[in-house]
Amino acid sequence: MPLSNEQVERLARLARLAVSEDAIDTTRAQLDSIFALITQMQAVDTTGIAPMSHPQELAARLRDDVVTETDRRAAFQAVAPQSEAGLYLVPQVIE
Amino acid sequence: MSRSDWEVVIGLEIHAQLNTAAKIFSGASTAFGAAPNVQASAVDCALPGVLPVLNRGAVERAIKLGLALGAHIAPKSVFARKNYFYPDLPKGYQISQFELPVVQGGAITIHVGEGDAAYEKSVRLTRAHLEEDAGKSLHEDFHGMSGIDLNRAGTPLLEIVSEPDMRSAAEAVAYARALHALVRWIDICDGNMQEGSFRCDANVSVRKKGATEFGTRREIKNLNSFRFLQQAIEYEVGWQIETIEDGGKVVQATVLFDPETGETRMMRSKEDAHDYRYFPDPDLLPLVIEPEWIERVKATMPELPTAMQARFERDLGLPAYDAATLTAARETADYFAATVATAGDNNAKLCANWVMGELAARLHKAGLEIDAAPVSPAQLGSLVTRIADGTVSNAIARKVFEALWNGEGTSADEIIEKQGLKQVTDSGAIEAMIDAVLAANQKSVDEFRAGKEKAFNALVGQVMKASRGKANPAQVSEMLRRKLGA
Repeated sequence: MPLSNEQVERLARLARLAVSEDAIDTTRAQLDSIFALITQMQAVDTTGIAPMSHPQELAARLRDDVVTETDRRAAFQAVAPQSEAGLYLVPQVIE
Repeated sequence: MSRSDWEVVIGLEIHAQLNTAAKIFSGASTAFGAAPNVQASAVDCALPGVLPVLNRGAVERAIKLGLALGAHIAPKSVFARKNYFYPDLPKGYQISQFELPVVQGGAITIHVGEGDAAYEKSVRLTRAHLEEDAGKSLHEDFHGMSGIDLNRAGTPLLEIVSEPDMRSAAEAVAYARALHALVRWIDICDGNMQEGSFRCDANVSVRKKGATEFGTRREIKNLNSFRFLQQAIEYEVGWQIETIEDGGKVVQATVLFDPETGETRMMRSKEDAHDYRYFPDPDLLPLVIEPEWIERVKATMPELPTAMQARFERDLGLPAYDAATLTAARETADYFAATVATAGDNNAKLCANWVMGELAARLHKAGLEIDAAPVSPAQLGSLVTRIADGTVSNAIARKVFEALWNGEGTSADEIIEKQGLKQVTDSGAIEAMIDAVLAANQKSVDEFRAGKEKAFNALVGQVMKASRGKANPAQVSEMLRRKLGA
């Protein structure tokens, strides 16, 4: 099922991508081709096959509950655009 | 139409912060109150190229909760990405669980109301899943910018979701309290609500009595005290009923409770609600919990409150009310059990009276928690022993208790000895006191003989006074009656 321009705009908004008006048609066409592939995959009969969340049949490795990290704030904040009083500064957001 | 024509339906989502030393996916510390960002590792800051590795301690706590709730512990559960943009969530997604949570189902018994109106109810759990907390945004003015502290980012949480089984604010509070006591009992969460270790979201809707469909619900976010939970639900219920009765419609929405005004207000409606686009996190393999692991955790579990309550009733002969009160918190139960260990099972009821009575009142007055009580369980236990064997009366025991509380001695026996509080049971000595009192109170004697029972009590009081409280009132009363030929 082909996507509508509204759906493309909504996806762009959710992904915080600025898709210009000129680019919407191209983007929609590209997404449609991806969805065509998905439609093709969905046509395969998967009755009786348990869905998997990972391609390999492996279990997660776990770490012990031990503190192993030290304070590296100075190094991390050296590459941050802006910081003050130990905090990272970002454009103001109030919900 | 009145309020009683409506039925309230409430379900709670509770975030319990797990008391692990390290974060859920990194080796950074979870200690509260550190300087900003000193406990934010490369993983917590979402620097490029890092990978999460799951903390065994967080999983173990989830298993404990599952066992305590009689829930199904999933042999295989999956972590998913919950996508949304916010500066205190540096990855752009929160690692959570969606389709396959680690704990599924289960139930908890709640005690609602007091006295004759008290009742018990079982509340079903839907699920509990593991997830990471986000950081904190500080919106004070940093030149028109927000400050971000990522110390809390990656702190392990269990989100515990109930079925919509509660029918009043009181039931919702009772459920939250029961769960709060349980997570502390099994030691998976410190329960500190001021520090945000235990936060409640309430889904509230109303429907006409007898209706089978649920009404449209609104979710009240981030209630961090039992009092706010109660107030917020009561306000919200009133608002919803009023809205519908005025011909309006409740629209599904997320609301915030303002403790200042006691009102709830809309945060966002369903139309602009988040679309989280959950999908399995490719960075994390499924969490597999073998039955052997569950068995190992089970072996380390403390006796649960419901089992302990039943044991107190069965083995110690306590009334149900006492057993429930004493097992409401782990600290109280531990204190009581240690007191009985000193005083003996036969004196369990007397121990219960002291822990729930004198000790509780004294703690309340001093603003202390039971684990900080100046009187130890061993001290109280030995005092109870002395009441039981007749060394001191209840009234004198209160004096001894006060002396122990104030540190005037290290044991009940020492204080009884030092302050000469031993009960006088020597009948010769009591008889002498009775004779003296009778001689000095002829009027009371005459009144008693004329049939006034009150006069008898006055005489007993006089003898007790003469003994400075150290005579045994029962013994005095019996000897006095014999003397008066009654």
